[in-house]
Amino acid sequence: MTILATVAATADPVAARSQMGLSLAWHIILACFGVGLPGLVLFAEWRGIRTGDPVYRLLARRWARALGLLFAVGAVSGTILSIEMGVLWSGLMSRWGQVIGLPFAIEGIAFFIEAIFLGIYLYGWDRLSPRVHLAAGVPIFAAGIASAFFVVCANAWMNAPAGYTIVHGRLVGVDPLAAMFNAATGPETVHMILAALMVTGFGTASVYGVAMLRGRRDRYHRLGMLIPLTGGALLTVPQIVAGDWAARMVATDQPTKLAAMEGLSRTTRGAPESIGGWYSGGQLHWALRIPDGLSMLARLNPHASIQGLDATPAADRPPLVTLVHLSFDTMVGIGFGLLALGLWLALWWWRRQDFPGSRWFLRAVAVSGVATVVAMELGWITTEVGRQPWIVYRVMKVANAVNPEPGIQYGFWAVVAIYAILTVVTIAVLRHLTRAVPVPTEPQDADVESYQVT
Amino acid sequence: MTLANVLAVIMWVGVTAYALFGGADFGAGFWDLVAGRAEAGAARRTLIEHSIGPVWEANHVWLIFILVVMWTGFPGLFGAVASTLWIPLTVAALGVIGRGSAFAFRKSVTARWQRRAFGAAFAASSVITPFFLGAAAGGVAAGRVPPGVGQGNAVTSWWNPVSVLTGALAVIVCAYLAAVYLTADARRTGDARLVGQFRACALGAGAVAGLIAAVGLAVLHAEAPTLAHGLANRALPLVVVSGVAGLAALIVLFLRRFLIARTAAAVAVGAVVWAWALAEYPYLLAGRLTIAAAAATHSVLLATSISLLAGAVLLIPSLTWLYVIFQREPRRNVAAPERTPAGG
Repeated sequence: MTILATVAATADPVAARSQMGLSLAWHIILACFGVGLPGLVLFAEWRGIRTGDPVYRLLARRWARALGLLFAVGAVSGTILSIEMGVLWSGLMSRWGQVIGLPFAIEGIAFFIEAIFLGIYLYGWDRLSPRVHLAAGVPIFAAGIASAFFVVCANAWMNAPAGYTIVHGRLVGVDPLAAMFNAATGPETVHMILAALMVTGFGTASVYGVAMLRGRRDRYHRLGMLIPLTGGALLTVPQIVAGDWAARMVATDQPTKLAAMEGLSRTTRGAPESIGGWYSGGQLHWALRIPDGLSMLARLNPHASIQGLDATPAADRPPLVTLVHLSFDTMVGIGFGLLALGLWLALWWWRRQDFPGSRWFLRAVAVSGVATVVAMELGWITTEVGRQPWIVYRVMKVANAVNPEPGIQYGFWAVVAIYAILTVVTIAVLRHLTRAVPVPTEPQDADVESYQVT
Repeated sequence: MTLANVLAVIMWVGVTAYALFGGADFGAGFWDLVAGRAEAGAARRTLIEHSIGPVWEANHVWLIFILVVMWTGFPGLFGAVASTLWIPLTVAALGVIGRGSAFAFRKSVTARWQRRAFGAAFAASSVITPFFLGAAAGGVAAGRVPPGVGQGNAVTSWWNPVSVLTGALAVIVCAYLAAVYLTADARRTGDARLVGQFRACALGAGAVAGLIAAVGLAVLHAEAPTLAHGLANRALPLVVVSGVAGLAALIVLFLRRFLIARTAAAVAVGAVVWAWALAEYPYLLAGRLTIAAAAATHSVLLATSISLLAGAVLLIPSLTWLYVIFQREPRRNVAAPERTPAGG
């Protein structure tokens, strides 16, 4: 215990948390496209092979080129996370590394499969027969989803630790499968995989939405918008169900986090659902309240009692309740906004077999990409900040997990500088990719074949 | 063999693979750095880009594999190494980001100044990363990482004679491997000048690597006597194998038998990696933390070993396909091999 006390005294958890938060928040956007984009590319390639249509074939190639760039940047921005697990969270990893290790080890294999087949797929475009090439792309998509599942398993364990035995402070037994399939695994993994696919869907669609607002209404741009938009919109419905599942899991297993998400200061019977507002002085101000709403949503019973923040000792409560509450509300709000966008499209398609002609629809599509990314990030803020001060819920505090070596705040500033450059350059290069070889109004086979994927 | 030893061997296979494959990709960046001005170095840079383009991401995963196996199988080792050596590991991580993204960016842009800027970032980080990873390894080898979280000196653990030497050795060994591999790739392009250039690079780098390794043995004798003792006794056969293979590689390179040279060079480097492990065995942290003491619980070792061995059944054929496919000539010549910068 003396070692832990020293650690807590000298460590710099704020710098470490900022560095980890920045690296994760940045990487996860790339990771979402790494999971989702292979699905879009494969769909377009498959349609292209089936129909011979140059528009599908050109979409497949151009999306593949973006995938190559995003995957490369995602692969390396993911590596720093593995290193940071030890460099920043040595206390966490030296104690719990083995308990959460199995999903990471399997994820390592999945990531291998992704990287190997991505190399084959991108660079083998003109070396393999179309069918073999298409087949070589399938493992990328499957392994990407598997990677997301296994990584989120490890995060789920931090929220719902299970599968270990401690005797006299020593870790004596581990059940790796019980640790991996903990109470949070189901809802968290499903919620995140759907989020990754939605970020790709709405994110890609928004690029074409912007192009349409600028006057490109040809078939290439229509399909470029409609394919990913339809995919994203269809997933919005199961995502809302998964979100409800996740929130109910939080209500059962992490009542303090739920209280922070709702800004609920006192344990309440028939608790209202609070939307918006500001938490200070132990109260939520200016919120819109739906009577009994929270009890209904969390317990399916309008009179159910919901635990408030006051049930948890002050030292064990998350410090930034307003941030958690507003992040959660905004995420949910964006989710329903995306649902509305999907319904708008569905209604028009049903009545007129076309997407809404209104510029407001295109504006909404153009914004939906950024909005989806924001919602995904806010979801992570909700779950990570809402778990504070714990790194492993009710087992280890962040302050005891951090590397006690002096100077780690300088690492944070180095990471800030590198990521600032990387953000600017990635956006600039992606813009360059869309413009360097302009899309012809009516793409021909020659336009497809001359477009270099790598 | 205990289960802990099995996982230690798996981890060391990862270290070897990362050195031989990932190392060569860093080495390619080294030659990109010294390829000279844009026009003069264009052919060499194009070959480098073609050779590492399809494979570097897969090769890079070995690093993640090593880290994950370490924290799962030997969590105390991971905590000790990562906390004490946080400076070189953070720099190496930033180097990894710079290398990978700059390489991907360079292929995607056309303006000459942009290609130059990304090329410089790619090449510089290809030197920085192996240096700091090598220095970190040297710190472990020299016994400067004590067990426990953050118990070592954050600076002298990697800034000491052994670390500087292993860092430099890592850079030159990467360059050597890359030059040997690239010589064989250059032959397939049929460009005799390119072959000659990389052959000269390989011979030069091989000689320098041998020299640094020899000096290194003397430094180890003074700075890390236990490791030196292990290398001179139990691990001596592997040290001899490395020396013989290294010399053989230089001879067959000279004789222009480039494919044999690849194997010999890989054996020479791989033998050093295993000699280090054998010299330290059964310790992970010299004289202080054994494999058995650092190992995770039995159930974790078992589950991880089974998962990784099952994974190997998927990985080995996939990796083989990846390497074989790009050693063959293209089936259809839609993508002309001589690309304009815009095609990259």
